[in-house]
Amino acid sequence: MLSVTDLHARYGRIPILNGIRLEVAAGEFVGVLGHNGMGKTTLLKALMGFVPAQRGRILFDGVDVTHEPPYARARRGLGYVPQGREIFPGLSVRDNLRMGFVGRGTEERVDAILQMFPRLIPLLDRRGGTLSGGEQQLLAIARCLAGHPKVILFDEPTEGIQPSIIEELVAVLRRLHRTEALTIVLVEQNLEFIAELAQRVLLIQKGAILRELEPEELRQAGVLSEFVGV
Amino acid sequence: MSGRRWWKGSILTTAAMVLIALGVPQVVDQFGLLQLTVFAAMCILALSLGFVWGYGGILCFGQSAFFGLGAYTYAVTAINLGESTVATLLALVVPAVFAALLGYFMFYGRLSDVYLGVITLSVTLIFFNLMNSTAGDAYRVGKARLNGFNGMPSLPTLNVPGDPGRLLDPAETFYLVMACLVIVYVGLHVLLASHFGRVVVAIRENEARCELLGYDVRLHKLLVFTIGGGIAGLAGCLFANWGAFVSPNVFSLTMTSQIIIWVIVGGLGTLLGPIIGCLIMQYLATALGTQQLANTSLVFGVIFLAFVLLVPRGIVPSLRRLALRA
Repeated sequence: MLSVTDLHARYGRIPILNGIRLEVAAGEFVGVLGHNGMGKTTLLKALMGFVPAQRGRILFDGVDVTHEPPYARARRGLGYVPQGREIFPGLSVRDNLRMGFVGRGTEERVDAILQMFPRLIPLLDRRGGTLSGGEQQLLAIARCLAGHPKVILFDEPTEGIQPSIIEELVAVLRRLHRTEALTIVLVEQNLEFIAELAQRVLLIQKGAILRELEPEELRQAGVLSEFVGV
Repeated sequence: MSGRRWWKGSILTTAAMVLIALGVPQVVDQFGLLQLTVFAAMCILALSLGFVWGYGGILCFGQSAFFGLGAYTYAVTAINLGESTVATLLALVVPAVFAALLGYFMFYGRLSDVYLGVITLSVTLIFFNLMNSTAGDAYRVGKARLNGFNGMPSLPTLNVPGDPGRLLDPAETFYLVMACLVIVYVGLHVLLASHFGRVVVAIRENEARCELLGYDVRLHKLLVFTIGGGIAGLAGCLFANWGAFVSPNVFSLTMTSQIIIWVIVGGLGTLLGPIIGCLIMQYLATALGTQQLANTSLVFGVIFLAFVLLVPRGIVPSLRRLALRA
């Protein structure tokens, strides 16, 4: 579904990604783990085309999207739930969901999505900016789903979220993966969260994939101190 | 504001505009009618920037470029053809096409907001200097002499379509300008309530997010800018008709800054705000002009500063907030 070869990207003259290789099969749930500043978020932004690739190739669903603009990749079915949610604070919850359509959805899609996120139903007419952090995170995921993505890239969805909502997030992501058969790439620093959900975990260091782990290995102290620094 | 309240407000405003359009010619004299006609034309101009800036988030310092282009297009075409129908249509189309071309280079060139403001301001000042330097018989388009800083007087005014001999009288012109104002206001409301309008507002709030959701931000901005240019052109055409005269002052710095002041005073992010701001400031300019008490530009500057510092939201959004609290 997603194939990345020798991906290099930089901010100005500072190299961030240094030859990333990544294969994600359809229906797979892959976690990406690493220190701050190792390139996790940049990897997702490069996959979305928001940070241009200096070198390398990104194949999505068999199509070379390396030089496509972000909106074209999103229309192909590459969904992205960014760090900090970035919902539209001035739009109502319903309008935020409609924004996810991008010409591929209908009003019925909103109703279908709300079945998955019942917590949002009483909030539909409220402005996005008035929701709590957890509610905004659910809204960001729901909005992404409105566009019928084939793959969703999640950037630290648990950041700044209260524990009760994190449990709800685990349930939502599991359902998306198992019931909706979505392919998911999850960048996280919450080890429990990533171990709970991912089928395999990639460790990223200095802009390259260093090693692949089984989720169970994340509970081994030696592995963690060596690669993650906790 | 919730959708229902938004629509209710729009319907009330539209009804008020229709009532004014129908009732005013019965109660004011011809001078008052002419004043209200130019006020209404300027309200259309204010709406164009209110849409481009308040909803599209594009701070255009050169909205008067499209306004002036509309006025000059109308003047040149009407003089050459001797009738107003084609001239009016061209006054809409030419500024819109020019806005599309200018917008293409700005948005697809990924210019930041600051440069966008500088470029649009430069463009209007280039037009100002260009038209000022077209004095003399050599500068003519067909039968139309551009006349440089003296402007183009005695323009053919609006006629009944297909009948160049039947000119509109002041009351009919007022009805027409008010009809244009209502159509532009309602049209923009409908546009903003559509999916396109939602995307435009979302782009203003978070451009990068919209791009990552799959929207072509540049194309949306270009469309907003083009629509705004066309509306400003229409206002320019109606303004040229009002006085049967157009001069390079339509491109001046005073003109372009006035439009920004109208929108700031009335309130960004609303359609009613620019109309209210324009009416207040136009009335004030007329009153100050007849009294000779103070320099109008100086008073406008003080009002601008007062609003930026004390009422940054503008009149309409501030009143709405007060009403919601009450």
